[in-house]
Amino acid sequence: MGNFDKKLQKFWEMFYVNDGYTKVLTGLQNTLYIAIVGLAIGIIIGTVIAIVEVFPKYKRLPKILNSLCRFYVGMFRGTPVVVQLLVTYYVVLPLIGINMPALNVCVLVFGLNSGAYVSEIMRGGIMSVDAGQMEAGRALGLSYQVTMLKVVIPQAVKNILPTLGNELIALVKETSVVSFVGAADLYVAFNYIGTNSYEFMVPYLVMAFIYIMVVMIIALLIKTMERRLRKSDRRN
Amino acid sequence: MIDVINLKKNYGKLEVLKDITTTINQGEKIAIIGPSGSGKSTFLRCLNCMEDPTGGAIIFEGVDIANINVDINIHRRHMGMVFQQFNLFNNKTVIDNIMLSPMHIESHDLRVKKLKNFFIKIRNTFTKNKKPIYEINTTRAKIKAEAKENAMRLLKRIGLEDKANVYPSTLSGGQKQRIAIVRALAMNPKVMLFDEPTSSLDPEMVGEVLDLIKQLVNEGMTMVIVTHEMGFAKEVATRVLFMDEGKILEEDVPEEIFTNPKNARTKEFLSKVL
Ligand SMILES: Nc1ncnc2c1ncn2[C@@H]1O[C@H](COP(=O)(O)OP(=O)(O)OP(=O)(O)O)[C@@H](O)[C@H]1O
Ligand SMILES: [Mg+2]
Repeated sequence: MGNFDKKLQKFWEMFYVNDGYTKVLTGLQNTLYIAIVGLAIGIIIGTVIAIVEVFPKYKRLPKILNSLCRFYVGMFRGTPVVVQLLVTYYVVLPLIGINMPALNVCVLVFGLNSGAYVSEIMRGGIMSVDAGQMEAGRALGLSYQVTMLKVVIPQAVKNILPTLGNELIALVKETSVVSFVGAADLYVAFNYIGTNSYEFMVPYLVMAFIYIMVVMIIALLIKTMERRLRKSDRRN
Repeated sequence: MIDVINLKKNYGKLEVLKDITTTINQGEKIAIIGPSGSGKSTFLRCLNCMEDPTGGAIIFEGVDIANINVDINIHRRHMGMVFQQFNLFNNKTVIDNIMLSPMHIESHDLRVKKLKNFFIKIRNTFTKNKKPIYEINTTRAKIKAEAKENAMRLLKRIGLEDKANVYPSTLSGGQKQRIAIVRALAMNPKVMLFDEPTSSLDPEMVGEVLDLIKQLVNEGMTMVIVTHEMGFAKEVATRVLFMDEGKILEEDVPEEIFTNPKNARTKEFLSKVL
């Protein structure tokens, strides 16, 4: 165990004395930033796709849009997110001549990626809302879109909040690959500490611990939110 | 007011409505009766095109609303509909349920007018012959205040003004249905369509809902009501339609239908339910 003491000491030197913790903080910040902004983008994209998918398809335009959405969802669910990151960063963006900081590329790709997943969640949420809600809105002379936005979607979102929380947790974990395109996340920070102290055991252990803590905190927040929602259901 | 001409409705191969033709005049109270699955609800839902007819025409105030090129939303505003399952908006308070549609429609109109004026003004600065702008004599706040006042008036009418700010989940079935009825009234409809408005209520709550409907009857509201309450139909209807297998088999004043039915099927049905 004396060995481990030495490892701990080395880590502490690099982490605290040599300011490694600032890198960790930046890494944590980037990780959360990519996950949260990514999810926000994903929710917007996912909602739009879900609405297109449940829209009645008598006319040509909704059919075409629906096929496009199916293609989009199929593509993003059919490839690993690392591949999407690499292809976007090294193929798509250079080809169309856009130069973007790695972090923004990550937010974009994770947003597009979670959009595909959120669309499925949102579609389930919309279909779980009683069809009578839409009928009542339409019978009052409101259009399909307005009823969707003002009546159905709010109820759908309430139903799927816990699932969206799980999506956030999944995103937090998946961001651990962003170093493939040079974005600085937790892995990069602890790898830096490990490389500079010639000792990887403790840094990676601490990294795992931080991931677990973050996930547990998010899970707790979701639980609290769920409980609050259920309470308001009763009180109202 | 509503002319139904050769109305047909199929679900896939299933013919639910077979060539229905009838006229609903201003001030009439029409009760639709008939066995389960005979197409009563489908017929009612075709009247405001909640179901798109497969064939035929629904002429409402001179416009064939069955034509899919017609903006159905505009016409539906003049046709109130009340459902068996109430269908109050669960995410809105009682008063917001009532205000939502009137407020949305009016503020939407206001937005459109403002936008049009904006473009007309731009155009007018560049051309000689000036186009008049739309007159706007309201504001969003005013629209909201009026909608709220109207909603409160309607709630007072049914004695539920203290429920204005609660969510539907805490209300009894009878309260929900009465609110659903005044929500439809908030649009100032010219005709009200009811689909078995009391069928999912506990017996002790049927009365309060029927009383409200009777009030509307006395005010001269034109209405079409699908019902299993034969006593109610007998009491308020000016005409009763008996439907079976997607057809109107007999239509007459209630005295005739209930005491002296002509069609064999009507006789058989009434002998079972009366
Ligand atoms: N959306 C639908 N898809 C397929 N079939 C339907 C649909 N809606 C109704 N039907 C069928 O159409 C027929 C008529 O239904 P409808 O609901 O109009 O009957 P109803 O007279 O209102 O009966 P009830 O008294 O039970 O309410 C039934 O056979 C029903 O199964
Ligand atoms: Mg029915």
